[in-house]
Amino acid sequence: MIAVIDYGVGNLFSLRRSLEFVGAEATVSGDAAVLRRADKLILPGVGAFGDAAAKLRATGLDQVVLEQAAAGKPLLGICLGMQLLFEESEEYGIHPGLGLLKGRVVAMEGRLPAGLPIPHIGWNGLRLVKSDCPLFRETKDGDCVYFVHSFYAEGCEDSLAATAEYGLDLTATVWRDNVYGCQFHPEKSGPVGLKMLRAFVEV
Amino acid sequence: MITKRIIPCLDVKDGRVVKGVNFAGLSDVSSPVDLAKYYSDCGADELVFYDITASAEGRALFTDILTEAASQIFIPLTVGGGIRTVEDFDRVLKCGADKVSVNSGAIADPDLIGAAAKKYGDQCVVLSCDIKRVDGAFHVFAKGGREDTGMEAIAWIKRGVSMGAGEVVVNSIDTDGVKGGFDLPMLQAVCDAVDVPVVASGGAGSAQDFVTLFETIPAVSAGLAASIFHFGEVEIVRLKQLLRENNINVRL
Repeated sequence: MIAVIDYGVGNLFSLRRSLEFVGAEATVSGDAAVLRRADKLILPGVGAFGDAAAKLRATGLDQVVLEQAAAGKPLLGICLGMQLLFEESEEYGIHPGLGLLKGRVVAMEGRLPAGLPIPHIGWNGLRLVKSDCPLFRETKDGDCVYFVHSFYAEGCEDSLAATAEYGLDLTATVWRDNVYGCQFHPEKSGPVGLKMLRAFVEV
Repeated sequence: MITKRIIPCLDVKDGRVVKGVNFAGLSDVSSPVDLAKYYSDCGADELVFYDITASAEGRALFTDILTEAASQIFIPLTVGGGIRTVEDFDRVLKCGADKVSVNSGAIADPDLIGAAAKKYGDQCVVLSCDIKRVDGAFHVFAKGGREDTGMEAIAWIKRGVSMGAGEVVVNSIDTDGVKGGFDLPMLQAVCDAVDVPVVASGGAGSAQDFVTLFETIPAVSAGLAASIFHFGEVEIVRLKQLLRENNINVRL
């Protein structure tokens, strides 16, 4: 069973439906006992980093995520959920993240070449850095996935598994041991995204 | 590299697609779910469901079909029409919408943009504008393009973006329905004014119009249309092939 961690951030309808679509038994839960029983965890998230990190801490689920990741349970962070895996973010002040992966989350504004719209919204091609990442079992270099974000992770060379070119090489997928992260939305990326979710389900 | 998005728009009334559609192999041409699936399979990058229902019963039907579509189609869904309050955002987001577009609702209450952006994030709030030239100036029209608000469009869009709109849809009333191509001067003016993604709408009559759009205004992120897709005048796969032949990056 896959548990999508519900800590009061974002809309989990599509994510749950997409997991069911690829044949997973999925539940959405904020109950620590349910999350501990699950075979795999997905950390979703939309909105601002500071709010999401605060909510995760307020529910105490940050400790459950850290403990379960340390125990080797596969964990996938999506979008802001991926950003939360890092050490810190500079979105509206400096906020600590979970620190499961080395790196920090920074603003596109001021770092992208002039003339590129922010947020980075739309379908962008992946450049696979670590094609042996288990998520990429059925993913090819150049496959397009759907992004929506204004901040990105940097300084994560050790876990970097794929990038997407948008003025600079943005972190698209990270992977280290049992911890995975996608900046894009696999649940909104058509067949390419569903294949990645299936690969995570079967990892 | 980021790709240019092609977005079909489905007008939905009382749970059915309003404009008649004519596709071989589609058994129920006015089923929004069947049509949405068809477009998704053909390579549409995103779908807009536009609710033109007036009644409460129609609203309930709309959220039912949205739920069904979001359960079967795994590309981004934007919902517009009748969005006047943060509760309206909540209602459609719970049914699986990813983005919500505001138009007359934001004109009546501009604070709606900021309130929704704060709650759901900028990426969720799309400012949709119906714009028409009046005495040489771009005016914002409300109520489906029937009412001149007197507001200057570029100033209104800049205000909307500063309040938290993460994307702007520019629908030119001057070119809408004419099928003579997108309103390039209007789109250029909007792209020059804001740095969020801009979606072009109104005027597409052929696949070549999309090529012209993206070649003339590289800053435009997406092209939106309804009837030319519904009537099969432009096939999305064929359109994307043509764009690629013209060195415009698309998802194929």
